[in-house]
This record gives sequence, C-alpha cells and structure tokens, in this order.
Amino acid sequence: MPTHSTRRRRPLHQPLLILPGRFAPMVLLALTAMSWQWLQTPARAKAAPLHDVIQSTQPKIVKLYGAGGFRGLESYQSGLLVSAEGHILTVWSYVLDTDEVTATLDDGRKFTARVIGADPRLELAVLKIDAKDLPYFVLGNSSDADAGTRVLAFSNLFGVATGDEPASVLHGIVAAKTRLEARQGVFETAYRGQAFVLDAMTNNPGAAGGALTDYQGRLLGMVGKELRNSLNNTWLNYAIPAHELAKTTDDIIAGTFVKSLDEIDKPERAWSLKLTGIVLVPDVLTRTPPYIDAVRGGSLAASTPLQPDDLVMFVNGRLVQTCKALVGELERIDRADPLQLTVVRGTQLIEVQMTAPPDQTAVP
Amino acid sequence: MRISSVPSQPGTPRLQMFKRFRASIPFAAALFCSFLAPRVGTAVEVTPEVQAAEAARIEVLAKICPSVLAVQSPDGQGGGSGVVISPDGYALSNFHVTKPCGDWMRCGMADGRAYDAVIVGVDPVGDVALIKLLGRTDFPFAEMGDSDKVQVGDWAFAIGNPFLLATDFTPTVSYGMISGVHRYQYPAGTLLEYADCIQTDAAINPGNSGGPLFNATGQLIGINGRGSFEKRGRVNVGVGYAISINQIKHFLGHLKSGRILDHATLGALVSTHEDGRVLVSDILEDSDAYRRGLRYDDELVRFGNRPIRTVNAFKNALGIYPKGWRVPLSYRRDGETYDISVRLAGVHSTEELMAKLQNAPTPEPPQPDKAPGPDKQPAPGEPQPDGSQPDPSQPKTPRGPTPPILPGAPKTQAMPDHVKALYATRHGFANYYFNQLERDRVWTNARRRGDLSSLTGEWLLSGQLTMGGEAEFRLTDTTARCTLPGGEVQIDASGSLAGVLDPTGSGGLLAALHQWRRLLVTGPDGMGDVTYLGTLPTGTISKGMTRPADSDALADVLVAASSGVESRFYFDPQSGDLLGMELFSQADGDPCELRFADWQELDGRWFPRRLQVRYGNEIYGEFQFTKVELSPAVEK
Repeated sequence: MPTHSTRRRRPLHQPLLILPGRFAPMVLLALTAMSWQWLQTPARAKAAPLHDVIQSTQPKIVKLYGAGGFRGLESYQSGLLVSAEGHILTVWSYVLDTDEVTATLDDGRKFTARVIGADPRLELAVLKIDAKDLPYFVLGNSSDADAGTRVLAFSNLFGVATGDEPASVLHGIVAAKTRLEARQGVFETAYRGQAFVLDAMTNNPGAAGGALTDYQGRLLGMVGKELRNSLNNTWLNYAIPAHELAKTTDDIIAGTFVKSLDEIDKPERAWSLKLTGIVLVPDVLTRTPPYIDAVRGGSLAASTPLQPDDLVMFVNGRLVQTCKALVGELERIDRADPLQLTVVRGTQLIEVQMTAPPDQTAVP
Repeated sequence: MRISSVPSQPGTPRLQMFKRFRASIPFAAALFCSFLAPRVGTAVEVTPEVQAAEAARIEVLAKICPSVLAVQSPDGQGGGSGVVISPDGYALSNFHVTKPCGDWMRCGMADGRAYDAVIVGVDPVGDVALIKLLGRTDFPFAEMGDSDKVQVGDWAFAIGNPFLLATDFTPTVSYGMISGVHRYQYPAGTLLEYADCIQTDAAINPGNSGGPLFNATGQLIGINGRGSFEKRGRVNVGVGYAISINQIKHFLGHLKSGRILDHATLGALVSTHEDGRVLVSDILEDSDAYRRGLRYDDELVRFGNRPIRTVNAFKNALGIYPKGWRVPLSYRRDGETYDISVRLAGVHSTEELMAKLQNAPTPEPPQPDKAPGPDKQPAPGEPQPDGSQPDPSQPKTPRGPTPPILPGAPKTQAMPDHVKALYATRHGFANYYFNQLERDRVWTNARRRGDLSSLTGEWLLSGQLTMGGEAEFRLTDTTARCTLPGGEVQIDASGSLAGVLDPTGSGGLLAALHQWRRLLVTGPDGMGDVTYLGTLPTGTISKGMTRPADSDALADVLVAASSGVESRFYFDPQSGDLLGMELFSQADGDPCELRFADWQELDGRWFPRRLQVRYGNEIYGEFQFTKVELSPAVEK
C-alpha cells in the first residue's frame, strides 16, 4: 500500500473504491470468475415439496388397457394427458391394436380411447377420450435434463393400480443423454433419436407411456418400452425426451399430421391391391394385420424391395392397422398419383413408391 | 477504480504501470483458476443441506439397524430377515421365511451375535410370523409407526439380508421412495395375500423377506415380503411390497396367542356394477352380515372406516382383519343408507387351514411349467396375474446363494432344552406354550381387581331396569334365576347350556351370567378349556356398535369352551377389569352380549353395578344394581 503523503481525503464525487494499481487486474479477474461461478450454480428458487409435486402430477397419468394378455405380452400400459380435452400421449405398441382401448383416469373414470394418430419412428401414439377440464402436461413447456438430473417416473408398471388407485412413482437420476445403439437389431425399436438413459428401474411391463418428470413436476419425457440389448442381454431403462415428441404430437392433435379421411373423396379410378401385385394374408380376423403374403412376379410391387411377411403400416403417410383399412386407403388414391407404402420388417421401416403405368389406369 | 497517483518515474510512466500489472498476473491467474477448479474435475463441493440430510440418515440408521435380524433355520439353510419389536425379544418376520425353518430358528443381529428363537404364532394368509428370541430381556427393538400416515413420495429404508450375503449378520440397507400405498397383491391360492400393502422402490430382494421397512425417522411401517418380478427373474426391478404395520397391529394379540391364524371374510361377495357402484353379488344366509340385514344387490358404501368405491378397495379394507373381528359397515338400498356392525368369520375352517399348511411345504407362488420341488430359498415372488411365465429362453438369472450343506449335519436339528421349555404342541396352534403364558397373564391381571374365589355361595344382584321395573338375579354353582317384570325364570346350569336361551329374547342371559360367575370364582382352571384368543376392539361388546373399529381400544379376550357353549371374556389390558362377555349358545347364531360398567368397591374388590344386555340387533335390557350380595360357601 502506498504510504506517501499524496493520499488524500475522498471527495464526494470520487468513486468509493480506490484500489492500488497492482491489485486492480487480479481483483477484476476475481470478480469476473466469481460472478461466472454464481451464474453456473443451479437456480435457487424455493423447491416445491415432493408430496405436492406427486399429488399434482398423478392425475395427469392414465391407465390404458387393450390387446394382449398372453405370455410376456401384457394387455396394459400407461399414458399421459397432453390436453384438457383428453388427448393422451403413449407408446405405439401392440396394446393399441384393438378397437377397444380403455383409458382409466386417476379418479377411476373409464373412457373408450380412440387412436387418432401414431408415428412408429418416434414410438409414439396419440389417443383421444371424450372428456374435458382434465389436468395435463404442456408438451411445449417441457424441461430438458442432463446426466445427474433427479427424476420421478410415473406409470402403472405391473398394472398394480386399478380403478381410482393412483399410478406408481419411482425415483432416480438421468445417467446419460445419448442416442440408442444404432447398429441393426441391437434394440428392438425403430427409434433412433435421443434418449435419457435412466438410473431407475422404470421400464417394466406396463410402464411404457408413463411420464418422466424432474423433482418440480416438469415433464422431461415419456417412459419407453422394454428394450433388451441383444449383444449383452441387459435391459435398458430409458425415456424419450418430450421435445423429440412435441411437434409430431401437436401435429397429430391439430390434425395436420395427416389429412383427415373425410376430406378425401373417392376418385373414379383408384389404386387396388391387384394393381400393385401385393397379396395380403387372408382377412379372416375381425382385425387382420396387413401382412404381405406374396408378391406377384412381374407386378409393380415385384420391382420394389417388398417381401412376404412385411407388415404394411402407412399408405401415403396414413396409418393402416388392418387389411380392410389398407384396401379402404387404396380406394381413395387416384391411380394417376404415385403410391407410397411404408412397411415394417423386423425393426426396420422401409418405404417404397409405385407408379401405375399409363396403360394400367384403364383396367380396374 | 482509480490508480493512486504515485509519482511516476520521469520518462517511463507506462512502463512502470505495465511492470506492476505483469507482476500481478500469476497471482491473478491463480486466483482465477481457483474459482474454476471445481468445474474442472477435482472434488465437488457438497452443499450443507446434502451433508445434513446424510448425517440425519446415518443417525437414524444407527438407531434402527440394531433391531434387524438375519433369520436362519438351525442348520443354516435358507432364511430371511426379521425385526425385534419389544425388549423381551418378540420379533416379526414372514410366514414363508419361518415355515421352512420349522419351530425354532437362529437369528443374527447387527452386532454379530446370534440368538435362538422359537416360533410363537403364524398368519399364513397374511404371511406374517411372530417369533421370540431367547437370552436377553433388553433386546434393541423397533418403534412401530402408523402406516396410514405413509404417503407416496416419502423416503424409506428396507433393511435385511438380501441374497443372504451377510455372513456376519450385518444388515444391508437399501433406500428408496414409497411408490404406492393401499396396494393389493393377489394371493397364491388363498395364502400370502398382500392386502393394503405398501409399494416401494427401495430394493427388496430374495432374503429381504420378513425384514423391516422403516420411514425416514426410523419408525417401523411395514414388513417386506413380496416383489413384482417377470422377465428379469427373481431380482428386484423397482417394485417391492411390504405388509403394513397397521395390519400387523390388528393381528399382534392373536399372534401372541400362539395360534395358526385365519383372516376375515364378510360371508358375501361384491362386484362392480357397470355404473361403478360396488354391489353385493352373493351372500351366505348363515353369515353375520345377513343376520344384520345385508342382502343381495345392496350397494356397499363404507367398510371398516373406509369409503368403498372399487372391489380392490373392499379387498384392501377386509384383508387387514383377523377372523372374529367386528367391523362397521354401511350399505345403501333404495336410496336409504343403513349402518351395521358385522362379525367377520374365518376364510377357512380350521381343518382347511391345517390341510393347506401340510400340502404347501414352501409357500412359493404356483409355477405351472416347473415341477414343484423342495426349495429352501426365501422367495418373495408374485404369481403372474394372467398365469404367464417368464420366457424360458431368457438367461437364467442368479438366485440367492445357497449355503452349502455340511456333510454329516442332520437336516433338522433337535430343539435344544432351553427352547423346548418355551414350546408346546396343540392342534391348531403354532406354539401352545405362549397361549398358556398369555392366559395366565390376563387372569393374574384380572385378579388384581379382586379375588372372588371364596365366594362360592349364592350371588344376589338386584336393582332396576332403566326402562322401568325391578330386576333380580340369583346365581349359584348349579342354577341361575332371574325375576323380571315379565316373570321369573330359572335354568339348571349343571349340565349343558347349549340352546338355553332363557329368558326369552335375551339369547341366553342366564347362561351367560352363570358362566361369568363361574369364571370369577373358579378362574380359567375351573372352566374346562380356556384359551387366550388375542385382542379385539372393546367396541365389539359396547353400546356404540357402529363406531369405527380402529378408534377402539383393544381388549384381551379369553375363550372358554365349557358346558357345551363358547364364552368370550373381554378384559381391559391395563386395569384388568372384566369389561364384558359374549355367550355363543349356538354355533351359527348371534351371541348374548354383556357389557359391565359403573365399577365400585365391594369389600375390597371392584365389582360392576351396571349391566347392558344385547342380543342380535336389539338391546335386551340395561340393569342398574342397587344391591349386590356375594356369599361365601354355605356351611352345611
């Protein structure tokens, strides 16, 4: 510190802090570092007690019941409400493969749920029940998480809850945010996006479609299916981040994901199975899944990668779950337009396109 | 920031300032880096809140771990966990843990010491067992909490010996969240039903069975025993279940009686109507519920202090009661609500229950594809609700380690003498010794209120009926007589009292008074077969029959089978007063209920001056005795 006599009384208009020259730069640096450190620390907002978070979140969880009930294939799973009128986000699975999907709310009310859209590439499906004023998650407002975020998982795993019993709550942390192993056939899923890998036993029978939230109740993602890594035989606990699902879900709800069936008139000369050369399996069930039984030699389909045992899933981007639905879709597409089919083979989604030759357009 | 004005060297002011600046760079850089360091891979600073939470957990665990047991059969085979609940050594475990051990077992405690323990009572339907450790009167024990106060989101400790991995008995602690409360898990057949249980994601694995579930403050809230398993084999996948401690509190007195217990049934079935109401779908005409007025198609509204909106809620509400409990019920018919109090019969007959225990050597859930084999592993398992099996192509998952059988060691060791001293057999009992112990305790306590054994002469009780009129009762060893406004009745009490319902409409008042006098004079030894039943709510025999059963104090109950009838005597556990009794003169009928009150001193003994008599749905009469004369033996 300088001690010479030039130190003088601080006049009023002088700054408060007078620092000796040699300390100035380090103090400046120190202040910068400290403020940076403070900015990095997590928000110090008062945290809502966990009981309150759980109580306000459980009513947004739905118990779904549908097809299944065989060895290892449960007939139930979970869902989460994403609108006050009863739109339910869940996982696209065999459970939804029936006309009678039942949704039971947290207060015990039962509704028939309709599948209004699905995107197997994102493993998501959206159902609708006829209700109003329901509590729901706002998908667009979802939070992001990273390794270390503490999470709660709400679901009806093992179907423990029935009627007005609330869904189960498990706790854990996000272990990693990463992409699932992309090598073919490792995980039995078409999903290739980002996933939260969880240090919590979330993925159990019936848990798919449940909600992953942080300790404040903010939605982080949707609990995924039961996936086994075929290389090392371990089961994965994971959730799909909400922001990966938000746009598609909103589009499905708004009806902009695919055009509504009513808006489409039947053209005079439409596509048909015969025209494509695809032979489906015999339509003997109430809802026969549209598996390809054979591809006629020399037909349009024969020049595409389509094979027997492929399952037709989309026709021109529209979901078809039964042989009847597929035939109905074909009837609505003008022969003059190209036909796009999306089929499932194992865990792959294969897209093909066919164009009817001009001379075929005359023959039904 | 000002730079103090130092007279600068002539000619080089800037150079001087730069030199000073440069000198301070390393120091500044060091200071800067010290703020960065936590973010660049060295030790993370733990906030005070986290440290405090950890310290609190450590403190709680230090308090509760000493009470946790590792339970093993005497030859070291199999086993599970348990928890001591009183300093004299009573401990809880699962029935499916103690059954393979037999009638006695060895229990290791956290300090490494092992104690012999003898079986006391078992509840096979609810999967609870009570044992008693020998060798100390100051065992560390767990404090019981209130499982109805447990909420989803609470933190819990599951402590025990998973996979039997602790060779030195030190318990393993797992920590997790309460995932659900009032859950229902289906039984395997009719045994191992987990009604109203607590669901947690604290790891519960094979070996944890029978061990305690504690809340965050260290109170015992459940006994762990089951888990949901499927594809990944018999290892925890985040879903474990514990029997609620409140259910065990209902059974504790019955368990101490040394019996093989049964659970309650309503005598009726309920199902959900399509409009959501819970209706009676079937009812036994000889059930107590039918006698109280419940009929087919009535809507069940409340049962045992809980609203009933689903069949599961009913199963949960019913599953926590032992056979014989009396529970309030509300039902609705044609817009009217009726409140009744129902006696709950047993799910099984005694013979059925004994047969089930013989046929199921180890109560594992049914596995349709596997041949049932003797498996000593304690296995909290769950039958798949749809009967499906885990995929056999899945890799075999590790089962709990089986301690090797020592060559030459006997399969079941003979009971040592100090354990034999606390063991007695009798049909229907796990250990009859404890029944005699409790019976003697209750009677000794009752005796403190007055020894009437010398008053073998005639007893005269006279006074008024509250509804008007005089009443007089004269009781001797062989007769009982009453004089009421309606007339005089006398019964011959020297033979069987079965079917003796005099006076008319009372259901056997004279017979009941005769049995009451006989107990007070001769004690249990003079009454034929007298056993300790357990504890029942005092509300079972009180005026306000429709009061919620759970708010009632519990009474010690002695059951006497003599003179062809069954009498139940209710004692206050603290004071020892004989609060009342029930006389069942017919097997499937209502008893005559007596409730005593207005205790006053009579020659140094406490004696009641007020008597209420109830039969069926009616109060037969209320008596106030103004004159009581109890005579000693008559001189010949």
